[in-house]
Amino acid sequence: MNITIDYFLILSAVMLGAGMYGFFTRRNTLAILISIELILNAADINFAAFNRLCQTGIEGYVFTLFSIAISAAETAIAIAVMINIYRMLKNNYVDELDTLKW
Amino acid sequence: MNTESIVFLVLAFFVALFSVLSVTTKRIIRAATYLLFVLFGTAGLYFLLGYTFLGAVQIMVYAGGIVVLYIFAIMLTGKTGDAKQHTLTVGKRAAALVAALVGAGLLMFVIITHQFVSQQLGADITNESAAPISQIGSSLLNAGEEGNLLPFEAVSVLLLACIIGGLIIARKR
Repeated sequence: MNITIDYFLILSAVMLGAGMYGFFTRRNTLAILISIELILNAADINFAAFNRLCQTGIEGYVFTLFSIAISAAETAIAIAVMINIYRMLKNNYVDELDTLKW
Repeated sequence: MNTESIVFLVLAFFVALFSVLSVTTKRIIRAATYLLFVLFGTAGLYFLLGYTFLGAVQIMVYAGGIVVLYIFAIMLTGKTGDAKQHTLTVGKRAAALVAALVGAGLLMFVIITHQFVSQQLGADITNESAAPISQIGSSLLNAGEEGNLLPFEAVSVLLLACIIGGLIIARKR
């Protein structure tokens, strides 16, 4: 049995499906963010696997690095927003956050 | 079955199992812990591909930075009442499950039916020569044909904006 790129892509599809399911069903904002992390991580695996197994270059490698940096920035900002929301509204469930301004 | 195949299968099972557990568990702190396991497994996949620097970055940034942020945020927003009120109806949960399964299944159909021109894992490139760190460094700081200086600078501006934005959003008023 030889591992080709298909195996990596199938693993990434499983991770993407799990992330989609969590994104649809979760109500806690932090849990939704965790699902988004899963989806981004699936995309990163795809970049690295394509770069390593399908061609000889380092574009996919470099873009995985950028993707990791961007998702770190996104998480930091999103968590700052959520902590601020929690401080103001004492809640972080998306079905109860219906006050935009008061 | 060579060694790479066995290591890949073990890692893939680990990652898939914990990514499903991470979205199905009830407690959010457990979801964050399972996410940590998924990220470690992904770093293992990068090491398996020969991308050691990428695996190290994955562990440092994701497992060392982002998951710690999640744990702190979960603890800071800890007392959010009874989680039982927030469970979905069965119909909505089933709809989400069908959407996720159909999406992933469609992707897998395309992946399996498409004939990729792919090397085998661990076939001919030794791990050291897969992507030498000097090549990564010169590519990041090169403005020429094969350089990535513009995205590098864009990411640095993004990180600066992120620092300022995080401070302004989360400060006490």
